Amino acid sequence: MKFTLSWLKDHLETDASLDDIVETLTMIGLEVEEIDTREAYKPFTIAKVLSAKQHPDADKLQVLSVDKGDGDPIQVVCGAPNARAGLIGAFAGPGTYVPGIDVTLGVGNIRGVESHGMMCSEHELNISDNHDGIIDLPEDAPVGAVFADYAGLNDPIIEIGITPNRPDALGVAGIAKDLAAAGLGKIITPEVPSVEGKGPCPVSVDLTSDGAAEFCPAFGLRLIRNVKNGPSPKWMQQRLKAIGLRPISALVDITNYVTFDRGRPLHVFDADKVAGNLSVRRGTGAEEFLGLDGKIYKPGKDHFVIADDKGPESLAGIMGGEASGCSDDTVNVLVESALWDPLTVAKTGRELGVITDARYRFERGVDPAFNMPGLDFGSNLVLELCGGEPTDGMLAGEVPEPNLTIEYPVSEAARLTGVAVSAEESADILNRLGFGVSGIGDTLTVHVPGNRPDVHGKADIVEEIMRIRGINNIEPQPLPAMGAVGQKILTTGQVRTRNSRRSLAARGMSEAVCYSFIPKTHAEAFGGGAPELALSNPIASDMSDMRPSLLPSLLAAAKRNVDRGTGDLAIFEVSHVYHGMEPNDQKRAASGIRRGTARLEESGRAWSGNAAPVSWSDAKEDALAVISACGMDASKVQIEAGGPDWYHPGRSGTIKLGPKVVLGTFGEFHPMTLELIDVSGPLCGFEVFFDAIPTPKAKANRSKGVLTVSPLQPVKRDFAFIMDKTVEATLVLRAANGADKKLISDVKIFDLFEGASIGEDKKSLAIEVTLQPMDKSLTDDEIEAISNKVIENIGKTVGGVLRG
Amino acid sequence: MSDIETLENSIMVEIDGAEDENALEAVRVAALGKKGSISAQMKTLGKMSPEERHTMGPLLNGLKARATEAINTRKDVLKRAGIEMRLASERVDVTLPVRPNPLEVGRIHPISQVMDEITAIFSDMGFSVAEGPDIETDYYNFTALNFPEGHPAREMHDTFFFNSDKNGERRVLRTHTSPVQIRTMEVQKPPIRIVIPGKTYRQDSDATHSAMFHQLEGLVIDEKTNIANLKWTLLEFCKAFFEVDNIDLRFRPSFFPFTEPSLEVDIKCDRSGAEVKFGQGEDWMEILGSGMVHPNVLRGAGLDPDVYQGFAWGIGIDRIAMLKYGMPDLRPFFEADQRWINHYGFRPLDMPTLFGGLSG
Repeated sequence: MKFTLSWLKDHLETDASLDDIVETLTMIGLEVEEIDTREAYKPFTIAKVLSAKQHPDADKLQVLSVDKGDGDPIQVVCGAPNARAGLIGAFAGPGTYVPGIDVTLGVGNIRGVESHGMMCSEHELNISDNHDGIIDLPEDAPVGAVFADYAGLNDPIIEIGITPNRPDALGVAGIAKDLAAAGLGKIITPEVPSVEGKGPCPVSVDLTSDGAAEFCPAFGLRLIRNVKNGPSPKWMQQRLKAIGLRPISALVDITNYVTFDRGRPLHVFDADKVAGNLSVRRGTGAEEFLGLDGKIYKPGKDHFVIADDKGPESLAGIMGGEASGCSDDTVNVLVESALWDPLTVAKTGRELGVITDARYRFERGVDPAFNMPGLDFGSNLVLELCGGEPTDGMLAGEVPEPNLTIEYPVSEAARLTGVAVSAEESADILNRLGFGVSGIGDTLTVHVPGNRPDVHGKADIVEEIMRIRGINNIEPQPLPAMGAVGQKILTTGQVRTRNSRRSLAARGMSEAVCYSFIPKTHAEAFGGGAPELALSNPIASDMSDMRPSLLPSLLAAAKRNVDRGTGDLAIFEVSHVYHGMEPNDQKRAASGIRRGTARLEESGRAWSGNAAPVSWSDAKEDALAVISACGMDASKVQIEAGGPDWYHPGRSGTIKLGPKVVLGTFGEFHPMTLELIDVSGPLCGFEVFFDAIPTPKAKANRSKGVLTVSPLQPVKRDFAFIMDKTVEATLVLRAANGADKKLISDVKIFDLFEGASIGEDKKSLAIEVTLQPMDKSLTDDEIEAISNKVIENIGKTVGGVLRG
Repeated sequence: MSDIETLENSIMVEIDGAEDENALEAVRVAALGKKGSISAQMKTLGKMSPEERHTMGPLLNGLKARATEAINTRKDVLKRAGIEMRLASERVDVTLPVRPNPLEVGRIHPISQVMDEITAIFSDMGFSVAEGPDIETDYYNFTALNFPEGHPAREMHDTFFFNSDKNGERRVLRTHTSPVQIRTMEVQKPPIRIVIPGKTYRQDSDATHSAMFHQLEGLVIDEKTNIANLKWTLLEFCKAFFEVDNIDLRFRPSFFPFTEPSLEVDIKCDRSGAEVKFGQGEDWMEILGSGMVHPNVLRGAGLDPDVYQGFAWGIGIDRIAMLKYGMPDLRPFFEADQRWINHYGFRPLDMPTLFGGLSG
């Protein structure tokens, strides 16, 4: 909402400075977003062309001698066709910023002739699009005076952001009322004189069609005959231009002026273009309506139009139509002032995609009480500016009376803000804001005026009192402490999220935060892409589907980094993935990828040796690190060969807890996955779903139990077995461990050998078995017996044969 | 000179002349070995008369002892020299660079870091951390928060929608973290003190707006918390978070459907340079929205607004991260550019705590 200072002062008598007004507006909830003091116009002065001679070297240029009022004429080169001796216009000297062409002037040299400034066009001054010639002022314009003062361009423009609850501030009069309530002056908004009509309005309005009476409770209309339309007066044009509106003609400008002056949108029809009577009815979906914006609309049955015998003439409450619009030839004009249902106007505007100043006000709420005064206000302006003879005002329907009364306990202000406000002060503030107050005691009876549809209850009244008294009057008060020592406040999931992040970062990885939506093809490739998880209005086509996995985001990020020259990359993300629409379908996940040689211990080339490319084992280490960070013993999980489709089928695994619970996956990526995301390897990655990790049972105390260590030396024995290549190491370890669960404390695989010497389909695994006696040293026979059991177990379970 | 003295002299010369341990061993064998020169002299003692033996015994034993000691001394010298020579040959260039510590290489994203900072501050004020889903129903995102159907206030949020399901219900991506207020009040009786960090979404994109961003919601519900407490809480938070003592906040009336009265909060700062500075300057910059929880919201969550009351606020986590740590543009937050995260990220052990200082 924009207005000028002088416009405000039509409604508010005040000595306050612009700064005070701006500060007060912000502090009562009408936040000032911008102030244009129009300082930029100050350097332009009124100057007179003393002589105009042909430029010696350019047909279309003249060399002017310009008197800027100081008796020291200067030379200006000018190309305007209307430049001539005797012309009085607006002059800008060197150093002046010219807003319309975004140029700061210097001393120019145009084809060998110096130019010390310019005579400006309206376009150059940003006051109109007129660029046909330079400004040509009347002969009595004061040479040497500031042009802005003469032309009314010195009026500061204030722009405020109006929150949706304050339709009363969508007119200058309403803003003035708030300022006066805050003590900044006195309201001087003139009363609207009623219009003396000559006879009844000959056009009627029918509100009997389906839904019309609910949509349009009141419709005021007046015919004014024999008007003479033309440009509106300069003062009106200047104000409209200052707030960014283009003056069109007096009749149209009047409707815009009333909209901004009083927050009351009006409409004018050219009565001679209206066929028969008017009716408010639903659209048909078939009729085409050409709006004043030059666009064609097809209002449907949820949208209301004002129609005549030919069809829709106006989108009710939003925009008039071209067919019955006023032009310079308009002689008889119908002035409309009506009330429309806010939600229907909002819905219509939204569905037809049209935003106007009228819609903006009607959907927030227009004061019913000003419906007929608004008709008179607009009519008076028509009579004043265009002449004509008015009929009586006609009202179809009924103007609703505000009937909301709130019982307001005076203690409510202290309860909600911490500061007590007396009954007298409360009543005084509410009165100044236009509320009716009766019964001054512990409880006030507050009558809410029609221009404040946002006020529904006690809390709203507190806000009114608080904002007018000043929020600065509320001293901060400590929030009482809850207890001596803080408790644990994070849930298990939150703790795991934090620990996963820090532990992956501690493994040299960098945290990424990627968008929750990814391209559909990526979602589909990672098990997602269900239609219900696609946005209906994505911001871009490659941000369309909720991600089922963090991996596609990380792979896409890898591609961007590779394209920028970072080939060795280790990144992770801990966030949510979406497997359905319900809250429980949103799962926490930790994912990471490594590319190139970005391994934990080493990456890239070094004097000590070049790092190997990343592989499934790097991803497995990362995945198990997350599981450990989430508080689970990583040795308790099962690793199953093979993972989801997006991995290399022979170089991926699934981390499970029991046969059903999947804790995560890891591996090198499938070439088709990389091709889809257009990124090259080597690339490995993992994903851990830590919601699936069981929550540890709560313990009675924090004791770690007694440490038992054996006084005896452990015994180590090495074995090497030849077995089929397909045998999984897990089975070998389990078989060895099973030989004596009590004595065998550890089994390690310390060598893996594959080669033609042992057969193409065979491998050799070497294991180190540690025996830890607790009570007595082992005899050679006992050690021999366990060794034989290890060999026997491995032979039985995986067909491993001791290597000779 | 006696024969013995001559012998001793010649042995000593040989010992001193031994260049390595092998040569010294040869000298030792030649003198003290079974067939050595001293051993040969010792053997003659048996054939001597007691008087001769009485004289020669100590002489020869003295010679043997001195020779042994000289050999051991020489052995030590040679051993030391040998070690020194080996060590000299083992010299390396210790200025060669080593692999970097993964703890110094890894990075935590500023959003995670700032969430941890926020958690540290609010846990100290007795708040818990609550969460809720990103995919929300219209009810939780709007209706329960007192956004009437079709009201222009809904258009303040550029909402992302999903397609309607078979019941005609249309889910949204939450436009704010406020739905978690409702979800919390539905399951927890007052007193409630929670903060809600999380992802939020709006159809908007420029240097300071992103289609996805992070918000921190706060909610206090009990029987007496008021705007004076709200002002104190936010002031203390800003002081602690920005780590500046003389923070100045400006509270001004505003509108949010789910609070009444509603307040926007500006922070005083100096915006003249490339980075925003707090605790100085004359500019005001909007940083958060807040207010007393609207009676309709309380009622909808089953709480009597004449008994229960409290405040809520919402602040942009990305935004306060940008202000505190000087990132000029929001968009790179979500681009996972290694160069950006190297510069703006935090090391894994930079754990924000109140006892250690939030940012160390």
